[in-house]
Amino acid sequence: MIKILIPTPLRPFTDKLDTVEVSGATVGELLQNLTTKHAGLKQHLYAADGKLRSFVNVYVNDDDIRYLQKNETPVKDGDTVSIIPSVAGGAPTAVTREQDALPELSGDEIKRYSRHLIMPEVGVDGQRKLKAAKVLCIGAGGLGSPAAMYLAAAGVGTLGIVDFDVVDFSNLQRQLLHGTPDVGRPKLDSARDRLNALNPNVHIETYDAALSSENAMQLFAPYDVILDGTDNFPTRYLVNDACVLSGKPNAYGSIFRFEGQASVFATKDGPCYRCLYPEPPPPGLVPSCAEGGVFGVLPGIIGVIQATETIKLILGIGEPLIGRFMIYDALRMRFRELKLRKDADCPVCGTHPTVTTLIDYEQFCGVAPHQIEAAKAPATRGDALTSLELKAELDRGETIVVLDVREPQEYQINRIPGSVLIPLGDLPKRYVELDPSATIVSQCKSGMRSAKAQELLRSKGFTNVRNLTGGILGWIDQVDPSQPKY
Amino acid sequence: MAAIILRPAVDAAIRAHGRETFPHECCGALLGRDGEVHQSHGLPNTTEEGPRRRFLVRPDDYRGAEHRARETGLDLLGFYHSHPDHPARPSQYDLDHAWPSFSYVIVSILAGTDRLLTSWRLKEDRSAFDEEPVRITNSPDHPVTQS
Repeated sequence: MIKILIPTPLRPFTDKLDTVEVSGATVGELLQNLTTKHAGLKQHLYAADGKLRSFVNVYVNDDDIRYLQKNETPVKDGDTVSIIPSVAGGAPTAVTREQDALPELSGDEIKRYSRHLIMPEVGVDGQRKLKAAKVLCIGAGGLGSPAAMYLAAAGVGTLGIVDFDVVDFSNLQRQLLHGTPDVGRPKLDSARDRLNALNPNVHIETYDAALSSENAMQLFAPYDVILDGTDNFPTRYLVNDACVLSGKPNAYGSIFRFEGQASVFATKDGPCYRCLYPEPPPPGLVPSCAEGGVFGVLPGIIGVIQATETIKLILGIGEPLIGRFMIYDALRMRFRELKLRKDADCPVCGTHPTVTTLIDYEQFCGVAPHQIEAAKAPATRGDALTSLELKAELDRGETIVVLDVREPQEYQINRIPGSVLIPLGDLPKRYVELDPSATIVSQCKSGMRSAKAQELLRSKGFTNVRNLTGGILGWIDQVDPSQPKY
Repeated sequence: MAAIILRPAVDAAIRAHGRETFPHECCGALLGRDGEVHQSHGLPNTTEEGPRRRFLVRPDDYRGAEHRARETGLDLLGFYHSHPDHPARPSQYDLDHAWPSFSYVIVSILAGTDRLLTSWRLKEDRSAFDEEPVRITNSPDHPVTQS
């Protein structure tokens, strides 16, 4: 027989005894016999799945069985087995709500969510947590579309959407919240229609605004989880910092061409986006989706990962993507995972933060000065021209080399007649094909890459290179509307 | 339900501990007899999940509390903890981790000031807590110690 020491709170279930003697060869057998003898102990020692509850510690003499052989730990006469409580608790977290404050489900909702309700991991209580939850989607574009649709279908009670854009034909290849008849409508309107049709029980809040340092904290305040579906660095840093400062988890995703990333940032003890990337890349180094393109199904995968993580956070189930950075490659069809650590020196979430209020993120990411310079440059330095000016010079018969620095697949869609194609990436090798004294106008889609080409050519001794403001898009607007835009 | 009795010094010590650790949670053991808490003992909050919203008493500290109860001829009646900037109501997390027959005293600390103090007991089927009334009464011959 082996002695088991019973802690105070369990003694009402052992006839007030502080020691019970039972037989068994392993800890598992002992506990089995103990709970057979004193059946009232069972629900306090074991969870519904039959495993020992996490706050129940079992010691053989002075050793925790977690570090021995767990349930299989052998015991012999003379050993003392102790059941020792870990006492734990805490205030409600942002996501976990009080059970009794949760809203009830209607009959319709019980039918609608029945496939959730029959799973113990969700169940009625989990579905009520979803109904009580409030999620804010930043952007109703590629990532926001699938995320918002699945969150609405899953029964998240309140969905907020921040967006100020209008639906464009080029959105329809991936942004499933919006359909062909919606082109020209505000994205918020088509998003609301689509989500209401999916699930009228969901309360949709729309915010027709660009997220900014002025409005972010106020917009985030009523929400439990923020879902970052932004497509630019200033807003990404803004969302991250505002999440850290307001203590709200950030279900993060981003996409480019065939590759996507996802993680959960800014949870209480997890890393934030700045732990991974303290500083933004230099402006222009990482092209946007408008410049680099994006595989249409890619945001479907990444946005749904964000929705999955959001729902797990609300339910408090599974292993969240906290401290883990998921990278998905659609071409190779592979997921990779990097471990992330919270950085004690992180300027926002570290032990001695230097960023304690929201800052100017355009400036932080170096966007604003660049744009100001670009806006000033053409008039004063004479190194840029508009499409109308170019057209006039060409019409006068001047000899001008229009150098298109886009990719060949872009050149196939539209071009300025007579232009020469050398993609920007090839230019450092192929500039020798051009005459350094020729009158050159560099051109791309909207004027960013061609400005770099202009700089490069000048550094190689080219004397007369101007940049076409607004790129081919400006040309189509001002000169040749017959060509398609992309 | 029978009330839990706190000696005024116990009430004061719990509140002081909560103010002291704010904005983190404090925790400690309650020792006494027959529903009357004679002593409170502050314990280190060893949670690794963020002490603003969580507390954890290590098995060793738990054993220490039982040991102290035995030495002083008292019973371990339960534990207290604070809810910084949250109401003095048990959370789902409290419920998930609760032990039967213990009293769980919760003090709400709002912006550093102690407010409502409540006490709770787990229902036998673990489905929820029952609130037990708290009475503060004088018994000057039992001094309060706080480690």
